[in-house]
Amino acid sequence: MKTTTGYHGVPRWIYAVAAAGGLLVVLPLAAMLLRVNWPQFIPLITSESSLAALGLSLRTSAASTVLCIVLGVPLALVLARGEFPGQKLLRSFVLLPLVLPPVVGGIALLYTFGRQGLLGKSLEAAGIQIAFSTTAVVLAQTFVALPFLVVSLEGALRSAGNRYEAVAATLGAKPTTVLRRVTLPLVLPGLASGAVLSFARSLGEFGATLTFAGSLEGVTRTLPLEIYLQRETDADAAVALSLVLVAVAVAVVGLSYGGRRRTPAAVQS
Amino acid sequence: MSFELQASLQARNFEMSLSLTDHETVAILGPNGAGKSTLLAVIAGLLRPDSGSARIAGRQLFNLDAGTRHWDAPHLRGTALLAQEALLFPHLSVVDNVAFGPRSAGAPKAAARETAQRWLAEVDALQLADRKPAQLSGGQAQRVAVARALAAEPELLLLDEPMAALDIHAAPLLRRVLKRVLKDRKAIIVTHDVLDAYMLADRVVVVENGRIVEEGPTRQVLERPRSHFAAGLAGLNLVGGTLGQEGITTPDGRVFAGQHDPDWSPVPGQAGVAAFPPSSVSVFLGDVHGSPRNSYAVTITDLEPHGDQIRVRASAGTDGTLSADITPAASADLGLAPGMEVRFVVKSALVSVYPA
Repeated sequence: MKTTTGYHGVPRWIYAVAAAGGLLVVLPLAAMLLRVNWPQFIPLITSESSLAALGLSLRTSAASTVLCIVLGVPLALVLARGEFPGQKLLRSFVLLPLVLPPVVGGIALLYTFGRQGLLGKSLEAAGIQIAFSTTAVVLAQTFVALPFLVVSLEGALRSAGNRYEAVAATLGAKPTTVLRRVTLPLVLPGLASGAVLSFARSLGEFGATLTFAGSLEGVTRTLPLEIYLQRETDADAAVALSLVLVAVAVAVVGLSYGGRRRTPAAVQS
Repeated sequence: MSFELQASLQARNFEMSLSLTDHETVAILGPNGAGKSTLLAVIAGLLRPDSGSARIAGRQLFNLDAGTRHWDAPHLRGTALLAQEALLFPHLSVVDNVAFGPRSAGAPKAAARETAQRWLAEVDALQLADRKPAQLSGGQAQRVAVARALAAEPELLLLDEPMAALDIHAAPLLRRVLKRVLKDRKAIIVTHDVLDAYMLADRVVVVENGRIVEEGPTRQVLERPRSHFAAGLAGLNLVGGTLGQEGITTPDGRVFAGQHDPDWSPVPGQAGVAAFPPSSVSVFLGDVHGSPRNSYAVTITDLEPHGDQIRVRASAGTDGTLSADITPAASADLGLAPGMEVRFVVKSALVSVYPA
């Protein structure tokens, strides 16, 4: 909401501290930009291993975003609209990956889907191997990215309220019809921004992927893993690929922020 | 084809039973928090009472008595709800909003749109068909919401203060539309406005503290109110007491003399009320000369403009608040101010006395 008085009440020294905070984020990015080997930029990011890593990252991130939507929409609905014992506990656990070190997530996944894991043994018996495969990459990314979609969508659902849904029901719409024709269209901006954030988180995923999926070129070596590996041998390549990830991140944040700003207007009208 | 409801909900101190005959529109009047919206939510299936049952035209909506737990979900009830705000689905065009009910009932898209057009025409909103809800004024949106509710062909239409959020210019048009579409239709309308009750309802039900305190044909309730709320709506003073030959005697011993209803013979000792308009009350300072009948010491609480008169509100002890309408000149002559002790004298010819 905009104030009309023109008075802000922010002490001047706050601006100085805020500037320091801004610099902490911007300065390292600028430092990296200065280190980019521009003449070699295109060859560096189009080398065989780079393209393989980039392609794998995009494919697995897209897959995990789809998985996040498929699993996250029902989770957000149940958390925002449902009433059942253990609801708060469920929310805490779903949000856990947000604060958990990804490497811990990777270990947890390994003990679930790995050869000796909880489900892994049965899967192995059925001839399915998940750990250290591309599927493992997708699972690791979904594990860390799911909370972003759930948080974003649950917030949108709560601020949209359930009054439209109640009206739709009294007009004779079955719960599934209400979900399809009223609830989801109303929270579409929130869903879109959640999906974009999940995609971004998947794209940057490193720790859980390395632990649970390893680093096999073309199979599980995503772009962040490739960057980490290249840094040892070819700093120029690492910097160039990092820039690609920065560009993607900037685009994602722009998209998501635009989507969020539209949310309240769409709900109010 | 009638509607019957009986329900109680302890958490909201709610206990009501209500029935509607076919083609009947009932207005629910009452102060804020009296349980009016709770009533509609229970009927629509949005709120589950502790016990009770309801049926429309022999079809059970819910039955929570005698160990049964029958509870129909809102979409199975045929009780469309129209709220204070139009709540049109913002992502759908006006015509698709109205077509929502028919579509949900399984009508093909084209047929549903045709139905929607028909109902939009019924509420004088056909020209708005292709707009988005954000492009409508409050009055237009509410008319479209009426069309949307009617297009769902509800057995019973529930209206929760449909005029409350509209500005004074938009309300009359919607009221005319409602008068037309509510004719020959079962509907329950919750309202604060006595005009809505007069124009739209065949019968009014007055609720206070989660209970029905008074009900009857609209005209009768407003002319012979028995509750303070209805008396307030009708603009009458109301005093309760025991019936006597002359009028009524209040619990603290004052006598309000008045006219008995000619076609009713009073039973002394029965509980009764005296109702009289503020215009029948005169204000005097000090002792009154002549007949002291219907003269009461009161303390002025408020003075406020009322049309071209001044309304004097005064506290009359245990009888509650009484009002008098006097001219501004008289008020200035008497030098009236809140806190003053004055006498109210009521013309007994203008006091109606009837059983409570």
